[in-house]
Amino acid sequence: MKATEIAELLNEPACVHNKKEKSGCAKTKPGATAGGCSFDGAQIALLPIADVAHIVHGPISCAGSSWDNRGTRSSGPTLYRIGMTTDLTEQDIIMGRGEKRLFHAIKQAIDDYRPAAVFLYSTCVPALIGDDIEAVAKAAAEQWGTPVIPVDCAGFYGTKNLGNRIAGEAMFRHVIGRREPEPVPESAQRPGITVHDVNLIGEYNIAGEFWHVAPLFDELGLRIIGSLSGDARFHEVQTMHCAEASMVVCAKALLNVARKLEGDYGVPFFEGSFYGISDTSQAFRDFARLLGDAALAARTEAMIGREEAKIRAELAPWAERLKGKRVLLYTGGVKSWSVVSALQDLGMTVVATGTNKSTEEDKARIREIMGDDARMITDGSPKALLQAFKDYRADILIAGGRNLYTALKARIPFLDINQEREFGYAGYAGMLELVRQLALTLEAPVWDKVRKPAPWASQKAAGEPLTMAQAD
Amino acid sequence: MAEIIKRSKPLAVNPLKASQPLGAALAFLGLKNSIPMLHGSQGCTAFGKVFFVRHFREPIPLQTTAMDQVSTVMSADENVIEGLRVICEKNAPDVIGLPTTGLSETQGVDIKRLVREFREQHPQFAATAVVPVNTPDYSGCLESGFALALEAIVDAMVPPSSMAGRRRKQVNVLCASMLTPGDTEAIKEWIESFGLRPVLLPDIGDSLDGHLVDAETTPLTLGGTPRNEIASMGESAATLVIGRSLHKAADLLQERTGVPDHRFDHLLGLDACDAFTLALAEISGQPVPARIDRQRAQLQDAMVDTHFMTGFLRVALAADPDLLFALGQFFAGVGAEIVAAVSPTRAEVLGEMPAASVRIGDLDDLERGALAHLAQLVVSNSHAAPAAQRLQIPLLRAGFPQYDRVGGYTRTWVGYRGARQALFDVANLFLENHHDTPAHRSIFWTGTARDSEVRPAPGTGLVGH
Repeated sequence: MKATEIAELLNEPACVHNKKEKSGCAKTKPGATAGGCSFDGAQIALLPIADVAHIVHGPISCAGSSWDNRGTRSSGPTLYRIGMTTDLTEQDIIMGRGEKRLFHAIKQAIDDYRPAAVFLYSTCVPALIGDDIEAVAKAAAEQWGTPVIPVDCAGFYGTKNLGNRIAGEAMFRHVIGRREPEPVPESAQRPGITVHDVNLIGEYNIAGEFWHVAPLFDELGLRIIGSLSGDARFHEVQTMHCAEASMVVCAKALLNVARKLEGDYGVPFFEGSFYGISDTSQAFRDFARLLGDAALAARTEAMIGREEAKIRAELAPWAERLKGKRVLLYTGGVKSWSVVSALQDLGMTVVATGTNKSTEEDKARIREIMGDDARMITDGSPKALLQAFKDYRADILIAGGRNLYTALKARIPFLDINQEREFGYAGYAGMLELVRQLALTLEAPVWDKVRKPAPWASQKAAGEPLTMAQAD
Repeated sequence: MAEIIKRSKPLAVNPLKASQPLGAALAFLGLKNSIPMLHGSQGCTAFGKVFFVRHFREPIPLQTTAMDQVSTVMSADENVIEGLRVICEKNAPDVIGLPTTGLSETQGVDIKRLVREFREQHPQFAATAVVPVNTPDYSGCLESGFALALEAIVDAMVPPSSMAGRRRKQVNVLCASMLTPGDTEAIKEWIESFGLRPVLLPDIGDSLDGHLVDAETTPLTLGGTPRNEIASMGESAATLVIGRSLHKAADLLQERTGVPDHRFDHLLGLDACDAFTLALAEISGQPVPARIDRQRAQLQDAMVDTHFMTGFLRVALAADPDLLFALGQFFAGVGAEIVAAVSPTRAEVLGEMPAASVRIGDLDDLERGALAHLAQLVVSNSHAAPAAQRLQIPLLRAGFPQYDRVGGYTRTWVGYRGARQALFDVANLFLENHHDTPAHRSIFWTGTARDSEVRPAPGTGLVGH
């Protein structure tokens, strides 16, 4: 990939990070960098497409330490969980046999698994020695009649975020716009309900959480024709240009896809989230608004009224237990405010939140939700987080998996809200899982026990003989 | 003994291999106040970190030189020097491990020269040992990367000496990557029971066993082999080498210090335990403690009790070479049959595997081999779980990574007690999945009272025997 192409992706015009005082995606610093590379980001964005053979072209590191480690779920094919890599050897690299191996690897994948398509992810070493994966993809697709999609995402191009955009760009260039959606099945037609086709962008169905929300789409007559990329199928992604509206879920990373769908195909989009009662309701309202269907709007309000009443009744006993608990929230950007509202729905107090990746707009939104005394944390080092935890007298840390052991080693309750987690929190029903997990860690009897020094420790420190201490 | 079958497929499917840089990082994670920094793009480190965090359920100190597009094309030398400077300034570690990656090796880095340049430019950080090691991921596997790092650690941190045996009770133990934290703890107790003082290199049992400490955050390893102990290895009475992959590191240590060594391929099963115990008795001049005799007798009793389940058991194994060989000898030693054996890379030890052949390959090869030979048990890492599920046979988890079980990382395999527990577990897996001969339903029963009998559902698991 050329430097100019990378610069263009970094300069995503729909991304507010590029308009406000923070400039694009941060540069990396030797010896003090955390976080994944572009290849990682590209895989996060595309791996959930379940009926595709995902081939990682490179030596073993890239696939070997990462295959099948994501929490995304499929309702059907499990091909995406099969790890595939060209596992390049020294000879391949020295003799320039990488492209040839890749070509035959594609054949092997097609012969053995009959995938809907093959995705090729280029990594650092092939990018450095100049393997032309676009040419290989083209030749292989012609030879075997299966779509082969190149994703040029070498790790050294930059961060995970850039990788997300590279993935989106690849979908836009090679996949979207190639097929019309199937007609709506007769059995799904209901009198008085006009079916609208919509897209979800940036929803990954972690732990199957989208299935908490999906039945409501069916009920309202919203057909998800394409998803990037939770529980997606290749042929559906090809039809995304035909949608009437897109929702960008909880992330800025794939904004480029939404923006281009709007620009090239006139598909309007909005940004929203399925975390928390109010945000879930808002997302459905936004769909109704963009689609301009009065009957849909009325059905949406009725559904929201019913679901909110139901979930609030179910949450009531839990909310009683969680009320007044103080939360330190540390998570990137847009998720901050969406999770804040979910927690406030429960009567919990968010004492501070991380704003490292947030834009001015996000921060304004946080201030709006949390009030002017909202404390914002920019230093995400373990030490700083724990200090903030103490300073603000928090009861629980809610953060990404990276900080799991920061909390556990410091013996404090923790809730994981990132993509590796095991539980789904989306939608109204997801709130029940969320409160269960919150109460589970907050009320765990282990905390007192693990904070307790050994019975003999303090006496020993005070210099008293052990036998006397025992006599007490 | 075994025929080695080379890799023939262009595509690796469900990889078994973990990379050399990861193995090297693991070795450095077994040193005290240490941190590895991979010379590559930030993804190399991020993936490695997730890999180890999921396996050990511990925070893992691991840094990166963060090569980007410009430094990849122009030169990433400055990244190495800057990265070392930043870590020294921030955390003043005792040791920084500096493994290379496929990216920096393809670019053509001279990592040793960069360490010299760092020393010249930043003499104020002389207190930190920096150990460079070439570990491209386009050759070898986790085990070989680990072994290369160990060799580099000996090279950088054990000074030449001629004082072998000055510390009469001190013995060095070179530990290969197949040993778990539970294993290293057991090895220490074993050695201490002979009145000897072990110095393990590395000691991942001290750093990655999972224990809560008073300090809430730690940017470096907590525990592990201390730097001064490594420096004193030249004064030990003997060196015990566990794992064939460490022979080069052992050669270097012996050449440099003259400390006599005893080499063991592994410590799994009765014969291996006996050889190790005998060596300890010789080195210490002490009789074998009564409790070891007792443990040995317990293992023998378990071997007798479980031989009904382990005999003729068709086992499919996939692991790095040292562990594969250890498991092979362990299972063959109790009458099981190794019907499929897969290693991610070649190694000399594989030729001695008690199996007809060893395939250099992936978990797809394991699955096909297990299916073809009607295996009854799979032994491999957690990635083999879906394959075992498809085969409808149990999986015993061994090797890296183990992310779908709590505590798998610290299972004790070595020693008499470890072997006994492993036998119990194998036998229980067999018993749980064992099914009787399916009942025959006669054609003459149709329409009779038998026809309307309530009968149990046919078994779902299919362990034939």
